Amino acid sequence: MAKYFVKRVLLAIVTIFIITVIAFFTMNAIPGGPFNSEKASSPQVKAALEARYNLDKPLLEQYVIYVQGLFHGDMGISTKTGRDIAQTILESFKVSATVGGMAAAIAIVCGIVFGSIAALKRNTVIDRIIVFLSTLATAVPSFVLATILLYVFSMKLGWFQVWSADSHNYVLPVIALSLYPMSYITRLTKTSMLDALGQDYVRTAKAKGVSQVLVIFKHALRNALIPVITYVGPMIASILTGSMVVESIFTLGGLGSKFVTSITNRDYPMIMGTTIFLAVLMVGMNLISDLVYKLVDPRITFD
Amino acid sequence: MSEKLLEVKNLHTSFFTDSGEVKAVNGVSFSLESGKILGIVGESGSGKSVTAYSIMQILAGTGKVVEGEILYKGENILNYSKQQMKNFRGKKCSIIFQDPMTSLNPTFTIGNQLMEAILLHTDRNKEEAKARAAEMLTLVGVNEPEKRLKQYPHELSGGMRQRVMIAMALACEPDILIADEPTTALDVTIQAQILELMKDLQKQLGMAIIMVTHDLGVIASMCDEVIVMYGGRVCERGTADAIFYHSSHEYTKGLIRSIPSTQNMKQKLIPIAGTPINLLNMPKGCAFCSRCDNAMKICLEQIPEEIWVGEDHLASCWMNVKKQMEQEKVGASK
Ligand SMILES: Nc1ncnc2c1ncn2[C@@H]1O[C@H](COP(=O)(O)OP(=O)(O)OP(=O)(O)O)[C@@H](O)[C@H]1O
Ligand SMILES: [Mg+2]
Repeated sequence: MAKYFVKRVLLAIVTIFIITVIAFFTMNAIPGGPFNSEKASSPQVKAALEARYNLDKPLLEQYVIYVQGLFHGDMGISTKTGRDIAQTILESFKVSATVGGMAAAIAIVCGIVFGSIAALKRNTVIDRIIVFLSTLATAVPSFVLATILLYVFSMKLGWFQVWSADSHNYVLPVIALSLYPMSYITRLTKTSMLDALGQDYVRTAKAKGVSQVLVIFKHALRNALIPVITYVGPMIASILTGSMVVESIFTLGGLGSKFVTSITNRDYPMIMGTTIFLAVLMVGMNLISDLVYKLVDPRITFD
Repeated sequence: MSEKLLEVKNLHTSFFTDSGEVKAVNGVSFSLESGKILGIVGESGSGKSVTAYSIMQILAGTGKVVEGEILYKGENILNYSKQQMKNFRGKKCSIIFQDPMTSLNPTFTIGNQLMEAILLHTDRNKEEAKARAAEMLTLVGVNEPEKRLKQYPHELSGGMRQRVMIAMALACEPDILIADEPTTALDVTIQAQILELMKDLQKQLGMAIIMVTHDLGVIASMCDEVIVMYGGRVCERGTADAIFYHSSHEYTKGLIRSIPSTQNMKQKLIPIAGTPINLLNMPKGCAFCSRCDNAMKICLEQIPEEIWVGEDHLASCWMNVKKQMEQEKVGASK
């Protein structure tokens, strides 16, 4: 177990290293640079700026300098704003994580509850309604949903402000972000719950005199959750890192939208910083979901 | 005569499927006295498991007892409330299943699953329940019980798991143990061990057993009484000896001809020809009729009544009726 964990962490470090290489060199291969579009900059100013960010050095040396900085916990400063990258990422991640965390929690809890209900009330009106709504929700792309929500609740009904500089209302973005994973988890839970309820061990539990509620929530649900966990790990990672589209529509200034602007700006340190951050988050979530998997399903061995 | 512990009267159980009503059990009656072993034999699909599940009320969602009574110490358990039924299962009557590989929950430890029943049905606290669980494991011949309690089902062999199932079933000292083909999924040496264990435990604890099987050898070696099922009906019942040496139903005769034994070593084994009946569309007469070599006209038209063919021996076959009528005629003409 510990050995497996160490192996996975080492592998994760290698993965992240490879990602930095690929990101660094492809980023530099894209035409344009951080200071190319600067309107009023004379060649001298541009050269001075490039020297400041080491952009005048050979590519390989630039990479080495960047990685050295990383080891010292220095992710550099933005070529666009001049602010510290680590700081910027953390700030915008806070927004993404708050919205994403709420959305993920709602998706998981509601998904499991609705999925279980649909399985238990199979072939009833309740089941049909849940299946219909969840199918509908998985079919609507989040940007369409976000737009509709914004239009109906902010512009028509005026329940929420479209945009405000100081106080953010997260209700609409959370709904927009959670609906798809919630529906997906609902359907996943329903299928695996039905499967679990038909298993021999459920019959054994019933035959022991275990109450219906415990049969469902102890014996069946635990087994039914195994497939759900595989989906939830990566889902949380992608939701936490923010959906670029939803963040842009609701002008949240989260990590997702920062990432996109950094690319259009050719803000090299910011691109690298966000890429590494997202990679670490993704790899970390996968590792955690593996461990949870092991907790729920003892048959899984790691060696 | 000892007290009747369990009486099943005219049990009809059906599954209501999309393609219609599957009549899995069609009027089964039998009774079980305390401390006795009753065998139920019959080929695959004859309704043995459905009969057992009906008693436990653990039929699949579409299954329902549509007629009949199941009396436990004189009380009809079909009228039990949910709470009473919970108390019946596992405490008064336990069941072990055919496949020990899938009958234990893979995500909980052996200890957890054993203690669950004990905590549910007795006043024992957690510590005591654990001690009881370990005691039960020792009783069923599982070594290192303390260690096993912490293990998960997948860490145990099939034979071990069936022992755990038996321990679980007997933990609350039920009056009745239903064993639904407890050895079918195990290999031969393990089968013998498990049967030996069950016989021992029956002597020690004195519960009554309903032994469901298609292995006539098992029946011969352990059962006091046997019922033979075909098409969801009882076609013959009696002591193991009567069934073996004086089989009086054409199906039972075929069943016995189809198993190898020391007596018929040199003869060819004769399988029963034909396929089992369609439970969606039960025939009007005897269920076995279409596969019976000696079928008569009446067999097609009327279900044969159960009649005495010997002491403690009943069969429902028109052949016996015919035979008795002939004997009466001979007697009368003398
Ligand atoms: N859940 C179900 N839905 C529909 N039909 C069922 C269901 N369970 C059992 N049956 C029907 O009931 C009949 C009797 O099944 P049962 O399991 O009692 O047979 P059995 O005598 O135990 O056979 P085996 O020796 O194979 O275990 C089968 O033919 C089957 O078609
Ligand atoms: Mg069966």
